[in-house]
Amino acid sequence: MAQTGNDAFTDQKLENMVGNLLRAGVSLSAFVVLIGGVIYLARHGRELADYRIFHGEPSELKSLSGIVRDAFALSGRGIIQLGLLLLIATPVFRVALSIWGFAEEHDRMYMVFTGIVLVVLLYSLLGSASGF
Amino acid sequence: MNILEFTLLVAVGSFAAGLLGSLTGLGGGVVLVPLLTLFFKVDIRYAIGASLVSVIATSSGAAAAYVKEGFSNIRIGMFLEIATTLGALAGAFLAAFISTKALAVIFGLMLLYSAYLSRKPRSRAERNLPPDALATRLRMNGSFPSEEGGTRHYNVQRVPAGFSLMFGAGALSGLLGIGSGAVKVLAMDQAMKIPFKVSTTTSNFMIGVTAAASAGVYLNRGYVDPGLAMPVMLGVLAGSMLGASILVKAETKVLRLVFSIVIAVLGAQMLYKGFTGGI
Repeated sequence: MAQTGNDAFTDQKLENMVGNLLRAGVSLSAFVVLIGGVIYLARHGRELADYRIFHGEPSELKSLSGIVRDAFALSGRGIIQLGLLLLIATPVFRVALSIWGFAEEHDRMYMVFTGIVLVVLLYSLLGSASGF
Repeated sequence: MNILEFTLLVAVGSFAAGLLGSLTGLGGGVVLVPLLTLFFKVDIRYAIGASLVSVIATSSGAAAAYVKEGFSNIRIGMFLEIATTLGALAGAFLAAFISTKALAVIFGLMLLYSAYLSRKPRSRAERNLPPDALATRLRMNGSFPSEEGGTRHYNVQRVPAGFSLMFGAGALSGLLGIGSGAVKVLAMDQAMKIPFKVSTTTSNFMIGVTAAASAGVYLNRGYVDPGLAMPVMLGVLAGSMLGASILVKAETKVLRLVFSIVIAVLGAQMLYKGFTGGI
């Protein structure tokens, strides 16, 4: 824990909130992935497994909107992908929560640092699709 | 092999990797990709995508438990995450232009290095170092509950060196789909002179954010296959949770030795496959 003086809102408090958020995010995504997995195996379990040759995922399992559409159509693979998306989003929410926490501590320098990390994460998740 | 059998076998293998990884503290991610590529004949790009996702799950799960103990330093973590996320993004973009053979070779070297590092005796941390101007300005110095009771204060050193090493750790993570905890601990433990317990817990805390930065790119590029990532993520998560709950007083010396031998053998095998083109 870093020293921050006697502010009512401390780093330890922020770390506890972050811990709870991480646990909730991981539990929720594991649950969604499990449900999707059961549906996927029930429907496709007897087909041949083949991951030797790389062909990339179809476009509906790559983009945010495609994954959500597929999941709500109750496709097993779509639901799993939605769970994985929730998992990837969990650290992003953690970083966003940290910005709020540093704002509560009136720590402008760390709000900027955390903001940079958030921009990089959002770019990766939303912007890199059209990158190249 | 049909999908049901394949899924169950991958889940069992991932469970074992997660269990051993958390029991030995060496991380399960590092053996996942060789396991998937060498034994299950999965294309290395799919393997890296699935491994990245599982790395987020285990590190977030573990960090949730760690942060409450007051060892991790959220400021050191946040500041260094600028370096690791930018590195991860660079690594993930680079992965698209590197041949799968070269990926296998780099992976093999990384495994051998991890195995070496796990056998190397840990150097005793220097205590009572003078405060460093930059680290003080960045408010990184902190304290943690010490074994003797009470709190121990520490002063962070050499921030630029640590920051650069972290960029490298992030790039390796994005390139290979691993947490690269070994390089992160090297940066914090060796370069920045942060106490071991603070380094390892803060590193664990950072791994999720680092992996998320490259996972987004992998997802957008179609490298994350739900059918493969599902058993890998659930298996590793369950294994590492079980490992963490029996870790408390288990004797892990022999286990650590065995696991580091496994890592070294897998490293040699990845190198061989990379050079002979079997990947």
